[in-house]
Amino acid sequence: MFMSSDIAKPGTTPERHIVQPTDAQHPTVLSTEGLHVFYGDKEAIYEGDLKFARNQITALIGASGSGKSTFLRSLNRMNDRIATVKGRIMYRGVDINQPDIDVYEMRRRIGMVFQRPNPFAKSIYDNIAFALRLRGVTAKNKLDEIVETSLRQAALWDQVKDELDKSALALSGGQAQRLCIARAIAVKPDVLLLDEPASALDPVSTSQLEDTLLKLKQHYTIIIVTHNMQQAARISEYTAFFNQGRVLEYDTTSQIFTNPQVQVTSDYVSGNFG
Amino acid sequence: MNSKVQNKIAIGVLYGIAGVVVLILLALVGYILVSGLPKVSWHFLTTPAKAFLKGGGIGVQLFNSFYLLILAMLISFPIALGAAIYLYEYAKDNWVTSVVRTAIEILSSLPSVVVGLFGFLFFVVKLRLGFSILSGAFALTFFNLPLLTRSIEDSLHTIDDKQREGGLALGLSRWETVTRVILPAAVPSILTGVILSAGRVFGEAAALIYTAGQSAPALNFMDWNPFNISSPLNPMRPAETLAVHIWKINSEGIMPDAKAISSGSSAVLVIAILLFNLAARYLGKRLYKRLTSA
Repeated sequence: MFMSSDIAKPGTTPERHIVQPTDAQHPTVLSTEGLHVFYGDKEAIYEGDLKFARNQITALIGASGSGKSTFLRSLNRMNDRIATVKGRIMYRGVDINQPDIDVYEMRRRIGMVFQRPNPFAKSIYDNIAFALRLRGVTAKNKLDEIVETSLRQAALWDQVKDELDKSALALSGGQAQRLCIARAIAVKPDVLLLDEPASALDPVSTSQLEDTLLKLKQHYTIIIVTHNMQQAARISEYTAFFNQGRVLEYDTTSQIFTNPQVQVTSDYVSGNFG
Repeated sequence: MNSKVQNKIAIGVLYGIAGVVVLILLALVGYILVSGLPKVSWHFLTTPAKAFLKGGGIGVQLFNSFYLLILAMLISFPIALGAAIYLYEYAKDNWVTSVVRTAIEILSSLPSVVVGLFGFLFFVVKLRLGFSILSGAFALTFFNLPLLTRSIEDSLHTIDDKQREGGLALGLSRWETVTRVILPAAVPSILTGVILSAGRVFGEAAALIYTAGQSAPALNFMDWNPFNISSPLNPMRPAETLAVHIWKINSEGIMPDAKAISSGSSAVLVIAILLFNLAARYLGKRLYKRLTSA
């Protein structure tokens, strides 16, 4: 069990340093209050009160097992069947961590892209269109239009526009991941959660994906878990540093990387641990 | 002895064992085919059996086997599919699930003659269905259900959990995810399982002797009204299948060419089951290719 004295030498640096975003141009769209996550009896997240600014990219960083993925997956209740999530998750004034919330509708607003690309065993076109059809969008020209816009936004249109009826499983890793992003944004979400979306991709695909995300933030609020600190530094406005189930430091990305206040954060971002 | 030599000996022994298995199969199938194939002709496959005279065929039995198979599959597939979806996609890991699983395991290890006798007492006698295709189909359902449920569950298991998460993350319900994402992706493997279990059902005899009966009344293949007693489609008529026919000829057959008919029937049965297996492999691979590559 870790003690607070482990994280900071008393008197030198603070144990935690949380600065919530206050940019009036980018008001809070999603926030957590008193969030605790349990796997059985084991508590995975102790303290994770964060506010997320609209149309900005927020990066969640920290070592493996620090709770950042668990935190992210709690935000759209993907952990419902595996973990107990206590506390409030406020989305545009509504606590979505309540039993009577329409989880399916909520997940349409708060979409998610996973670590490994998971295109469905369908054509490229149907990967995007089939969730829309289930929601009653059946007009062919409307579907065509959404498929094209989504693929354009995900920067995949030019590569696949002539083979939309081909199986999505034939795409390369980077293309498949961008298809998953296109699929997620086709249902018109508000917030996009990305769980290490580039960790299975090569550097070229990674850099294309980062460009895509930078463009996407005009339309969406993006929260991204990443192991890659350069990536966090390159694309995000805000960064939260997770350590052993707690958010130890939260501030603008430039502050976190140039002037971290907590010793553990400083050690982590400078690669100086152990 | 050094480890390299040990390894070589182990590989040799394993090859030997695998070879023996293949040899036994080849010898059995070879013997059945060599002794039975000369008897197989279009006439043999299409004419009804004769009780006392030479020259009978297996037309009715062959039809009965397929008809019974289709009925049994129509009953057991939806139940097995539902059970497998429940067990794999919905059920939590608790005592209810474990009771259901144990029940399936026990059901699958019941000797088929026990299933047959149960079917006789319950369907034939108690429910007054008589020796009929329907009784046989129900008995085969008991026999088939656990295996089919298991095989569909295995098929669902081969679909990555990431696919389920992908569906849920798009705001699909669990049911929509299962029916629109998981099942379509699992179709090739489910189909393979269904065909393989069809092969087992096709060759089943013990469960049918006391349920579908051992007589094959003459059928009028021009009459397709399922309510007429001589109609091939009538599910209430007794129906001896090919596998039961083989058993019956060998235990009480009195026609002069009983041995030849038994050999011919065995060859047809073995070929049919081989075809089921080959079809399962071929269709499964083909469908998988169509789904995965462009």
